[in-house]
Amino acid sequence: MMIDTIIYIFLGIGVFFNGLGSFGLIRFPDVYTRLHAATKCTTFGSIFTSLGVIVYGFYHWHVDSASYGVLAIHAFIALLALVITNPTGAHAIARAAHRSGVYPKRAVVDKLREGDLSD
Amino acid sequence: MRSALVTAVMAFILYLILTVGTGDILFWSSAEIVAGILLSIVAGIFGRKLLFKNEDYRMLNPKRWIYFIAYLCPFLVAMARANIDVAYRVITGRINPGIVKISPGLKTDLGITMLANSITLTPGTLSVEINEKTNDLYIHWINVKHKEPNIEEVCNGFPKWIRRIAE
Repeated sequence: MMIDTIIYIFLGIGVFFNGLGSFGLIRFPDVYTRLHAATKCTTFGSIFTSLGVIVYGFYHWHVDSASYGVLAIHAFIALLALVITNPTGAHAIARAAHRSGVYPKRAVVDKLREGDLSD
Repeated sequence: MRSALVTAVMAFILYLILTVGTGDILFWSSAEIVAGILLSIVAGIFGRKLLFKNEDYRMLNPKRWIYFIAYLCPFLVAMARANIDVAYRVITGRINPGIVKISPGLKTDLGITMLANSITLTPGTLSVEINEKTNDLYIHWINVKHKEPNIEEVCNGFPKWIRRIAE
């Protein structure tokens, strides 16, 4: 019962932040601010939904059978992969956007454009 | 030789984690253990130059791993704050974006990669580009307070931690 409540809270937080990320995608003006919404919110949201799966898996490993433990461990490995690859992908998209001439809208400063990075 | 051996051992540990719960020798079946040993030897031979470039084994020091686990606490706190901050900006639409430059003074590839990923996951910052000669990072900041920020404002003391972990 207790465990179910914890899992629902985790799933609720996760879905809230994932939804907020999608909302930010529509609301923000340019590619960089949209990446802020898309990477940070979805990483945080996915951490919490995965935590829900991990808690579920470990609880049923304890109660039912060992195959639920496999579920928990695989969810944890997927979580690690997500936390490493998500910022890397965001960085790659931002870099590609700046290199192909998409500059930030409403920017107060753009050191990269003024900078001497001509390679 | 040593790099191949260490790579094989790490590949074998990862294989064991992925196949946990398949049998009854502790948690693994004998077929999985044999297959894991064979595959990790192959992976060690082919991957020996990828994991330990220039025969540099500094990341095998357990002190660095303890520092890494300790680093997760301030990092997760900063990450939670980042998300509440971005949530606030999504709802209100108050943004003041710009790309600023910082010089964290890290030297190794691993250190600068960790810092760039940490920066992307924490408050209102997204690493866009790196100057590979000087290791300066160009960072898109969603709420620019100063045009010439010091490092503390952008990445809350992460470079100090990462210097201990990766350099």
